[in-house]
Amino acid sequence: MPMIELKDIAFIILALITLGSAGGVAFSKKIIYSGFSLLGSLFGVAGLYILLSNDFIAATQLLIYVGGVLILILFAIMLTSKIGDIAVTNKSINWKVAIPIIAGLACFLISSFSGDIWKVADKTPYQSSVSFIGNALLKEFLLPFEVISIVLLCALIGSIVILKREVK
Amino acid sequence: MISINSYLFVTVLLFCLGLYNVITRSNAVGILMGVELILNAASLNMVAFAHFNGNLVGGGIFALFLIVLAAAEAAVALAIVVSIYRQFGTIDVEEATNLKG
Repeated sequence: MPMIELKDIAFIILALITLGSAGGVAFSKKIIYSGFSLLGSLFGVAGLYILLSNDFIAATQLLIYVGGVLILILFAIMLTSKIGDIAVTNKSINWKVAIPIIAGLACFLISSFSGDIWKVADKTPYQSSVSFIGNALLKEFLLPFEVISIVLLCALIGSIVILKREVK
Repeated sequence: MISINSYLFVTVLLFCLGLYNVITRSNAVGILMGVELILNAASLNMVAFAHFNGNLVGGGIFALFLIVLAAAEAAVALAIVVSIYRQFGTIDVEEATNLKG
């Protein structure tokens, strides 16, 4: 009988948090509950990043997704929809079409990697990923790093332009 | 005991839940949440592959760029959603049909 290690238990708990909250996002009756479920899903993914020894990415996930994108989504929900009106806020359409498609896709994807087909590298001792990522960003990935700052500037200006009211 | 297949299984389920969300929601913000789930599944997949491959940097860089692009996409998409709400009084994608042929 194989030993159950602590990290296996942590993986199972984090996977359950992630998938349970994602199920809450997909099936919740109110859009605001979907928004709050997304919080649990993003936290779970951040925990899985830590289990994969990518601590910097986990911190970035928490800072940008939970601190930025999720707050933006919650603000958009509260600015646009009538919160109390369940039928308007989160009605589910086409689910009879969606379920066979999703089930078929899930079966196909799971069957495509089942079995022991991956060559796994030897385990290396844990090292903090921050310095590696910092070096890579300023050496091999310098051009994408600069391009993405231009993308961010364009997104900033674009969203301001879209939201601007016409002054007559 | 926890192998790469366990991570792939989790990401497949996360991706499928996100895709279900994109297909079935008629609320524009709900669709955006589905897209966020799909992007999370993709970057978790890349980080898992890099970790089990012994690659210290590649998966992290991919996930980093993906998080930044998702933030930019969310900002622009939510600006469009608020703009649609001003124009039509609703963010139901079934009702904003000005471009329907």
